[in-house]
Amino acid sequence: MVTETANIKVNRPGASKSGEILVDIRGIKKYFPIHKGLLSRVVGQVKAVDDVSLAIRQGETFGLVGESGCGKSTLGRVILRLQGATEGEVVYQGRDIHSLRGQELRKLREEMQIIFQDPFGSLNPRFLVKDIIGEPLRVHRNLTAKQIDERVVELMELVGLDASRRNRYPHEFSGGQRQRIGIARAIALNPKFIVADEAVSALDVSVQSQVINLLMKLQRELGLTFLFIAHGLNVVRHISDRVGVMYLGKLVEVGETETLFAEPLHPYTAALLSAIPKPVPGRKQERIVLQGDVPSPANPPSGCRFHTRCPFAQERCSQVEPQLVEAAPGRQVACHFPLQPGTAMA
Amino acid sequence: MAEKLLEIRKLTAGFLTENGVVKATDRISLSIDKGQTVCLVGESGSGKSVTSLAIMRLIDYAGGMVMEGNITFRGQDLTTKKQEEMRHIRGNQVAMIFQDPMSALNPVFTVGEQIAESLRLHQNKNADEAWSMAVDLLRLVGIPAPEIRAKQYPHELSGGMCQRVVIAIALACNPEMLIADEPTTALDVTVQAQILDLLRKLQAELGMSILLITHDMGVAAEMADRVAVMYAGAIVEEGPVEDIFNQPSHPYTVGLLQSIPGFEGERGGELYTIQGTIPPIGQLPSGCRFHPRCPHATEVCRQKEPPEFMIGADHRASCWLYEDKPVHIGDDHSSREEVKPAW
Repeated sequence: MVTETANIKVNRPGASKSGEILVDIRGIKKYFPIHKGLLSRVVGQVKAVDDVSLAIRQGETFGLVGESGCGKSTLGRVILRLQGATEGEVVYQGRDIHSLRGQELRKLREEMQIIFQDPFGSLNPRFLVKDIIGEPLRVHRNLTAKQIDERVVELMELVGLDASRRNRYPHEFSGGQRQRIGIARAIALNPKFIVADEAVSALDVSVQSQVINLLMKLQRELGLTFLFIAHGLNVVRHISDRVGVMYLGKLVEVGETETLFAEPLHPYTAALLSAIPKPVPGRKQERIVLQGDVPSPANPPSGCRFHTRCPFAQERCSQVEPQLVEAAPGRQVACHFPLQPGTAMA
Repeated sequence: MAEKLLEIRKLTAGFLTENGVVKATDRISLSIDKGQTVCLVGESGSGKSVTSLAIMRLIDYAGGMVMEGNITFRGQDLTTKKQEEMRHIRGNQVAMIFQDPMSALNPVFTVGEQIAESLRLHQNKNADEAWSMAVDLLRLVGIPAPEIRAKQYPHELSGGMCQRVVIAIALACNPEMLIADEPTTALDVTVQAQILDLLRKLQAELGMSILLITHDMGVAAEMADRVAVMYAGAIVEEGPVEDIFNQPSHPYTVGLLQSIPGFEGERGGELYTIQGTIPPIGQLPSGCRFHPRCPHATEVCRQKEPPEFMIGADHRASCWLYEDKPVHIGDDHSSREEVKPAW
């Protein structure tokens, strides 16, 4: 693989702009080995996340979008150290969280939390709701049963649940309510940073809007910073301050939500945006229909990973891998031939 | 005047349970013309899928039954047919595609064999003929190198390709109607765009009618000629696609459209929400089924179930608001971007 220049190595989206950086992701790689044969020899690697750098600012919502298999969930998990990184570091409050041990790591867990996608799979069906929400308090705080109960009531009211139902099991709640239980659990320890991994994707529209409103309210009231991972672009547009687009393990474009959606620079971003069916009948939109499927991350294409599906690919795209470079203030794109603002395809 | 292909009249379908009869669809009426696309939209549990199973009479195998009403397809009533007769109609005249392409295909047969199977069963083709037709069908649904792909197993194909195979199976016997139950829900947006394009192209070429079941209002806006909105087992509003989106009339439709995070609208504002959740079908409220969540509910809504009122020439809604005068509660599109509803 040929890299273009070495001097743009430290180019973390967001790092240059004002606003204190809360989580600084530097050159994160996460490879999964592919085992084969009787001796389980490693025959290859799935490059789920391949050299992603990104700075998340205090108090913002950073949206991460991309299609299934692009590595967005893996990145979210590596940022929380739910999985180790193959390479790179995640700096939180001046320290790489992947080097923390023991008490320090335990302390960190209080400050970073996650909300999962599946409101059915992420709650233990044999736990009462008060035990699910109270569990982080029992693990991390030295509280009496009465204090825990008071906090559970407080949390349930905060997320809009009827606290008198805390002695019930998760199956007695609807999907939207369960997602609220998951949110209450995530905020129980007053975290600073929350990764919401497809937190509203499994919900129906009318319930989805309730949960989105709740997340935004909590962010305002508790001063949370969100990494909002989703494939639903209109949800991401609504909730995020900045957005990063991933394709096959790489970050291909980063920018402020408004400008990125209005004037995508990367052809993949443009195609992704044009693919969303809009609830307006009779408007036959110009759509860029990408050919084929996402290639396998075990064997990504040479050069630009998108060149096999890109309508504008040229010779150079299959040979030289484009780096994520600053295209405008606060705007990064990894493309040799970015679209010109104003001449967007759609 | 277009020819009616399918007409559903006051269809009630449901299940017998320990706690009595549960009506998954409650006296719904809907008709589909030849070559038309009708979208059935609604949230989970609204009875969309049961409707499609009832049309195919597959509900009999799912432990349920058609309790009341008629389903007239090309002049014949499907509700009185024996399963044996239905077997000739299914596949040959009405075909169905399902949500999850991976589980709709049999993992131990090649995709070519699975397409050829329906040709052998329904059209009495011999093995060679069926195989070459299967390859042609794969080409028709846009699979590159169909000769090679036909010999592959479902796990060797991506989700989008599998859905194309499922569509090829459905099209194998030239059905006049295709029922597509959430055909793109399991797929990524760029692949969804491919599949929707394919369905539109095939419809133009083959002239079939499509009943498309979806929860995505965007998909409905793009594909439908007519839209029927289902809520808790009933069709609460039905009409031409422009009317449904530009003048939504039932408070549920209005709420559903306003809950969608706007693509062009204001970012970061509070989203409109419909309070509460959809009731379980066994525990419907009295009167109008939507009244506990409705911002317009009045006394009559709590007591009496609303009949259908005509809003426009071809546009109906089941809501007491329209009892004697046409009222306009839905905003037209230009003002739908506003965060607060007009009322």
